[in-house]
Amino acid sequence: MKEIIIIGRGGQGGKSAATILAEAALEGGNFIQSFSEYGAERQGAPVYSYCRIDDKEIRIHQGVTHPDIVAVIDPTLLPQLTMTEDMPDDGILVLNTTLSPKDVRDKMNIRKCKVFTVNATQISIDCFGKAIPNTPMLGAIERAAKLVTLDGLKKKITDKFLRKIGEEAVKKNITAIERAYNEVKEG
Amino acid sequence: MNTQELKKAQALSGAEAVAHAMRQIDPDVVPAYPITPQTDIMHAFAKFVSDGKVTGELICVESEHSAMSACVGASGAGARVMTATSANGLALMWEIVYIAASLRLPIVMSVVNRALSGPINIHCDHSDSMGCRDSGWMQMYAENNQEAYEQTIFSMKFAERAKIPIMTCMDGFITSHAVEPVILFDDAKVKAFIGDYRGDWPLLDVDKPVTMGPLDLFDYYFEHKRKQSEGIYLAKNIFNEVAEEFDRTFGTKIDVVEKYFFDDADTVIVAMSSTCGTAKVTIDKMRKEGKKVGLLKIRLFRPFPSWELRQILKGKKIVAVLDRSESFGAFGGPLFTEIRSAMYEEKGPKIVNYIFGLGGREIDAGMIERVFTEIDAYKTNEIKEYVKYLGVRG
Repeated sequence: MKEIIIIGRGGQGGKSAATILAEAALEGGNFIQSFSEYGAERQGAPVYSYCRIDDKEIRIHQGVTHPDIVAVIDPTLLPQLTMTEDMPDDGILVLNTTLSPKDVRDKMNIRKCKVFTVNATQISIDCFGKAIPNTPMLGAIERAAKLVTLDGLKKKITDKFLRKIGEEAVKKNITAIERAYNEVKEG
Repeated sequence: MNTQELKKAQALSGAEAVAHAMRQIDPDVVPAYPITPQTDIMHAFAKFVSDGKVTGELICVESEHSAMSACVGASGAGARVMTATSANGLALMWEIVYIAASLRLPIVMSVVNRALSGPINIHCDHSDSMGCRDSGWMQMYAENNQEAYEQTIFSMKFAERAKIPIMTCMDGFITSHAVEPVILFDDAKVKAFIGDYRGDWPLLDVDKPVTMGPLDLFDYYFEHKRKQSEGIYLAKNIFNEVAEEFDRTFGTKIDVVEKYFFDDADTVIVAMSSTCGTAKVTIDKMRKEGKKVGLLKIRLFRPFPSWELRQILKGKKIVAVLDRSESFGAFGGPLFTEIRSAMYEEKGPKIVNYIFGLGGREIDAGMIERVFTEIDAYKTNEIKEYVKYLGVRG
């Protein structure tokens, strides 16, 4: 089983990102579960969203404490990365930041895990004209962790949003995912 | 669910899954008032209404008291009626909840379990529906999204045949807001299973006028209550009938209890709702270590399957009953007192109680493993404390 935590702020789409990831994984033939930890429901508060992907039925109903993958979609929430000690040595961190993987390691004193960084905020500003970094982060997570496939992810975004937001807006989302997929740096 | 079945599944939250059950049932009237975490059910159902996917009427009322009042009015008129609520919303319905049961109106209410105020808390425990356990409503509890969906459809037929309203409960947020694979039944099959509904004494049948809820003093009130009591007691047989039909139609078994590694287990946990999933994972791990642990999951809490549980639990050495609600001033939580009472005439097992998860406090596999380990010692050691608290400080 792969366990994923997505850390964002209320309103940034962390929950949606976890759901889309789960939906794409289900279409890929996996058992899934996704949920969020709700505090007081307000914009801007840190929100932890979880996703589990497995080849067996998922019965457990508790928060994720030993994740395989952690994604931080808001650069100001990097200090929340306190669970790396509970992650496997080959755990994966996917971070929205302007810093390089090496700088993040030094700054956060992270000695294990693979670290991936991407400037998802800039990509979302380029693509949508505003900072909604959850969509590009999905591209970065896919590149780093290979939980579904890039095509599966793009198909899910298209199926889910085409009727709601139209073809042009879907294309922007696809571009954001592709850019993050290609621009993410490992170190 | 196996890998083959998974291909038919879609990713739905527990709330969305229940809304789909409501769409398929297409009740005549749904009076509702929003409250977290129930609101997601009515969001999804309201969308079905706007999209013309259902023909019934959604009435947006001004409070839960009005919601249940409208349920009683509509059901009394002969309509098929559903609603949903949580916590303080259910508390505000209180007065009318009893009236619905006393009038034998088969309303199906989805209760998304949430802690009652105060202090205010939006997260899961069972204090809301457990507070209603003497109201005359039937109650079922779902472990996961698939069960919440199936239980809603089952409840409609069960309630109408028993002529008793039912609360179909799932854990707030843990189930209502988690996305899991859910297999929906075929729309036409659901329609055929629940069939048409016509109340026995519909107020709208003007050729056969009736009075509902008249004054009933010391001359007959007691007889009516006695009959009401007999009615819910006999509903257990109806549960089994409907479960058989459900299995025949959908190929899915719904039972009053579910046993998990139970028969050869000498150390047993009894629990309800989402915690049972985590308990199963814990048991899988402990079984691999050779420990004879098992779970008894209770699906039907009202009418309480006392006799069945007595047969099932006798012969076990030690049982821990997990209660997700407190019964202030009582000797243990509601599930514990019911089970101890059911087992009184039996020599064994020893039974202890753990109150857990109030206000959404996390219960994880590690905590459940500690319960198993702790009660295992009671096989030989004296029990000093029968009612304990799990996962609380101080």
